[in-house]
Amino acid sequence: MKFFKNILKRFFQRVFKKRGNVKLGLYGPPNGGKTTLANRICQDWLGEDMGNVSNIAHETREIQIKEQITIKNNGNELSFNLVDTPGIATRIDYEEFIKSGMKEKAAKNRAKEATKGVIDSIKWLDDMDAVVVVLDATKDPYSQVNITIIGNLQARKIPVLLVANKMDLKKAKIKKVEAAFPQYDVIGISAKYGDHIDNFYKALFKLV
Amino acid sequence: MLTLQIVPYSEIAELSSVGRIRKLLNIAKENKIVLLQGRLSKDEETELIKATMEEINKDFKGVELAVIDPQNEKSAGLGIIRKGIANVLLGNRQGLTVIGPASVVKEIKKDPTKIELLTKDVKKKKVKK
Repeated sequence: MKFFKNILKRFFQRVFKKRGNVKLGLYGPPNGGKTTLANRICQDWLGEDMGNVSNIAHETREIQIKEQITIKNNGNELSFNLVDTPGIATRIDYEEFIKSGMKEKAAKNRAKEATKGVIDSIKWLDDMDAVVVVLDATKDPYSQVNITIIGNLQARKIPVLLVANKMDLKKAKIKKVEAAFPQYDVIGISAKYGDHIDNFYKALFKLV
Repeated sequence: MLTLQIVPYSEIAELSSVGRIRKLLNIAKENKIVLLQGRLSKDEETELIKATMEEINKDFKGVELAVIDPQNEKSAGLGIIRKGIANVLLGNRQGLTVIGPASVVKEIKKDPTKIELLTKDVKKKKVKK
């Protein structure tokens, strides 16, 4: 019985993947550039943005989905639903939003929404077919949030691609990211300026 | 004053996953830094983050978390055998976990061999492995 269930499950998974229902998640800590990358992908292939970006952390506080994105490379096509997730953090302090220039009420509201966003991101992990973990290449890659996210994806057997973002900045160090996660492919990009974005698209074909 | 509470893994071993998370989080909520002699599973780590987010309010701003996992360290010869035996005895829960309340711990810097804990009151305190 279990054998037939597995066959049916695989059959449905294949059918849905062929229809382009692969869910590709963008995960990572806050302010790594997930939404900037989502916007880059959507601009390149749909000609529109996906979400707002900001220098203040936790700008994305709800799961955002863009359906049926088709990218092309060397005559091959890849279709997926792009899922942009709120950044995962272990601490959220509304006073830090106030320091960034927000009013107290707005800061408290942002903090409340951000905590819910983190919970939603974690809940959605199980629904992903593949995940791009977007890391800020100017920051310490050994943060526990990065390790926990990647470890969870590995435990769930979800394919992972690491992106070292913000490579346009002088402080960016892709070697440090590669050293921290030697078992994964790491693609260095600048989502903001589109640097090396073709390498990223090529890597997506390999991932999905 | 900075308070460290050392928790042997045996103290939480018999609890359910939810129970383990609750116990550790409750200590952190008392503004104490938890040093767990062992580590949570990957699933429990994410559940800890979720539980932390559910508890955040104007007094509790979350936690800083760091885990040293000996599984990630390269070893050869006797080291592999030692790890294997420890895994059998401890159920693959070897390591060191630091959970510090965000009101006390500013940042935990980590590289594979050491954890550096920066507190808000005390300038620097190092926990070397």
